[in-house]
Amino acid sequence: MTSPKHVLIVGGGHNGLVCAAYLAKGGHKVTVLEAADQVGGAAVTSELGEGFAVPACAHLLYQLDPKLMRDLQLEKHGLALAAADLDTVVLSQSARPLKIAGSVVVGGDVTDADKAALPEFDRQMSEFAQVLWGFLAKKPPRLANSSWSDKLTLLEWGLSVRRMGRDSMREFLRVVGMNMYDMLEERFESNLLKGAKALDAVLGTHLGPRSPNSVLTYLYRHAVRSGGRHGAVGVPKGGMGSVGTALAKSAESFGASIRTGALVRRILLTDAGVSGVELDGGEVIPAEIVVSNADPKTTFLELVGAANLEVEFVRRIDNIRMRGNAAKLNLTLDGLPSFQGLERHDLAGRLLIAPSVPYVERAFDHAKYGEYSEAPAMEIVLPSMHDATLAPSGKHVLSAIVQYAPYRLKEGWDEGRAPFTTRVIDTLANFAPDIEDRIVATQMLTPADIEREFRITGGHWHHGELALDQFLMLRPVPGAAQYAAPVNRLYLCGAGSHPGGGIMGVAGRLAAAEVLAGRT
Amino acid sequence: MNDQDHYKTAVFKTPFHSRTAARCQTNEWHRWKDYTVADRYFDTELEYFAIRNSAAVFDLTPMTKHRITGPDALPFLDRLLTRDLTKLRPGRVAYCVWCDDAGQVIDDGTVFHLQENVYRLCSQERQLDWLHASALGFDVEIYEETHDVAGLALQGPTSCAVLKRLGLEDIELLKPFDLAHFPFEGGELMVSRTGFTGDLGYELWIDPTRAEALWDSLFEAGRLHGITPMGTHALDMARIEAGFIQCGVDFLPAHQTVRPGRSRSPYELGLGWLVNLQKPNFTGRRALLRERERGARFRLVRLNIEGNKPANDAFIYNWRRKAIGTVTSAMWSPTCKANIALASVEMPYGKPGDRLWAEIYYNRELKWTRAWARASVVKGTFFNPPRRNATPALDF
Repeated sequence: MTSPKHVLIVGGGHNGLVCAAYLAKGGHKVTVLEAADQVGGAAVTSELGEGFAVPACAHLLYQLDPKLMRDLQLEKHGLALAAADLDTVVLSQSARPLKIAGSVVVGGDVTDADKAALPEFDRQMSEFAQVLWGFLAKKPPRLANSSWSDKLTLLEWGLSVRRMGRDSMREFLRVVGMNMYDMLEERFESNLLKGAKALDAVLGTHLGPRSPNSVLTYLYRHAVRSGGRHGAVGVPKGGMGSVGTALAKSAESFGASIRTGALVRRILLTDAGVSGVELDGGEVIPAEIVVSNADPKTTFLELVGAANLEVEFVRRIDNIRMRGNAAKLNLTLDGLPSFQGLERHDLAGRLLIAPSVPYVERAFDHAKYGEYSEAPAMEIVLPSMHDATLAPSGKHVLSAIVQYAPYRLKEGWDEGRAPFTTRVIDTLANFAPDIEDRIVATQMLTPADIEREFRITGGHWHHGELALDQFLMLRPVPGAAQYAAPVNRLYLCGAGSHPGGGIMGVAGRLAAAEVLAGRT
Repeated sequence: MNDQDHYKTAVFKTPFHSRTAARCQTNEWHRWKDYTVADRYFDTELEYFAIRNSAAVFDLTPMTKHRITGPDALPFLDRLLTRDLTKLRPGRVAYCVWCDDAGQVIDDGTVFHLQENVYRLCSQERQLDWLHASALGFDVEIYEETHDVAGLALQGPTSCAVLKRLGLEDIELLKPFDLAHFPFEGGELMVSRTGFTGDLGYELWIDPTRAEALWDSLFEAGRLHGITPMGTHALDMARIEAGFIQCGVDFLPAHQTVRPGRSRSPYELGLGWLVNLQKPNFTGRRALLRERERGARFRLVRLNIEGNKPANDAFIYNWRRKAIGTVTSAMWSPTCKANIALASVEMPYGKPGDRLWAEIYYNRELKWTRAWARASVVKGTFFNPPRRNATPALDF
């Protein structure tokens, strides 16, 4: 770095905060501008009625970058896990529920062959996920006009695949672009087990288990190794919001300042590049560098403006596929619902409604035609089982990700939200008949709501579909894949950039490294 | 054009076809952007001499035309084109090029400022897709009006006199790149002082239903002024003399090139004067700024070549040792009495005054022979008569 510069970060989501912390640590004068009244983006805890706190959007932690946790001393700043490695329970109406703890599976329709196959499957997926992590944790190299460090990255990537050995490499390259359905059919018999793995592959995406590259999204979800296992699912103490809070504290400890309630309307430009931002209300804040944590469409089409960019770049940005297909249900309950076949301690796990792969695929079929699923698939957690502060004594909160809820619903979400909510609660009641009597308050966030509340175009978690054509050097688009935008001193740090989203924070870290390298 | 049987018509006839067909003695036609147009009517050289000595009429209806309207029409065009469009007043026309993000020329054309927020963009290639892509974020409407506007070029020294006789008042006062509207047969005739010949000349734009009437009146008015129709071959001769480049001949549209290094930037086509880097943004600006720093790869040169063998497709050498480029257009110029050519050469060769060599292949009764000829780089155009720009237009 040459000299300290005034840097504005547009958006205080987790990636924005990560980027702010690294930049402040690197000596820049950093201000984070967050539109909402708390930072954290999709990793926030919000009130839902007196005494209840729900994870407003993301509800589990499984991808947070271990390097940034160390670098930014997140534990010192208050991030702790209430539960580190949740068991998975696959609900069933016809059989006993299936329970998966690590690579041990019991109950349901599981066969001895499946029990024997699962550890090997998990081992192999972990090996593949570890290789994938090597791809995710680095700045994607340019292929043409590449720098030495780009060439080195390509070499490292190539070697990391080569070093797997012939058989593993062959298998990795065979499955990585494949669909989850085919891979599961090759290995397992149990419908519940396959359903669970299939749902893990497609959560938060616009993919069905039979869609190409759903193996990649499965590996992606398992990319980070924590607590000795790839893809271990945790619940933070104090709710998901404590991720944002810890990041904010860390950033502030390095000298960054954070302004909430500051909605950026425009990124201001001169001939030479960015000059600052204009807030809603007209306040102008000058800056030498602007880093946008907003998604690429918001950043370029709204904040910068298509007219200030060149045509092919705008066309690529406009064509990014980012229509969300997952809804978020939050319930507050006046007591624990009784799920058929489950003990109380089972409710501390991750409950899945994915009784078979065809069930998940059929749920997806509707979404292709602009309909919500007749029988939705779900990932359910009860965070209050781990953290008593989230609900009054004896009461609970339930959070579920519901697939599928297409962003462009045929009848529109204003009309569709209520019947969809009923459909989702009816589906839950198939497995927990008393749930309706327990509900105190219901909150349903459709992709349209997520778009509005979290300012993510299309309401897509990952700020852009995770697919091979929007991956690595194609993310968000060629011409902005190394975090620098085609506007001098404007950078991207959000999940729309490599390596994408989930609560991972790598995009923020890599973007900060690019800014600190200061090539523009 | 929306009827379902449109596919049955592979090639259209222009609204002038009944008239052009009657005069096309050679029956030599070709397909220009899905329209039937004449290569030549009776004799290429005579048609060419009409351009230089009297008046010649060219059917340019197939020229792709777009109407661009709306409150953002100006900012849209200013971001599309490399030129500064804010200076183009209503009633004026400008030659222009546009580039992709890499600063490579997609096409060249003319932009007509018809009235406030109403423009016509004429292009060589189909551009609707690119224009629509460019319209994202702008409040503009883009409509391709190629089929809705018939066009004739009237070029040559007597063209102004012909139009005066046609009754177009004060037509001689029209400056180069001006446009004006005149009543015609109950409709409106638009006339612009533009053309592709480097001579005094006009282009006439009219509703297709009045096209035949316009042709008839024009030939009636030009009877004593030596008016004749001209085909594409004659026009091509005139434009090479004028030093005008043609898309698809002297450069390829960037969207049609596949191999690296086959497209050209405006600087590499001698069109740097059309690029205004002072504008805050236009498509290609970032790449062209970089090119200014690093230097262009190619240069377009006008060559005067020894001898009389047209240098079509000839290789250009620097002192016979190193091939540095090729000829893209060449001819024997009857007016300049010179063997002229346009060529693209590698930088840094081809500065005005440089002496190069052309390796010319020619064929005499199926025997191919190779000749070496000195080629000197000409500054300016080959042919640029005072009458081209004189206002009021001269009366011949």
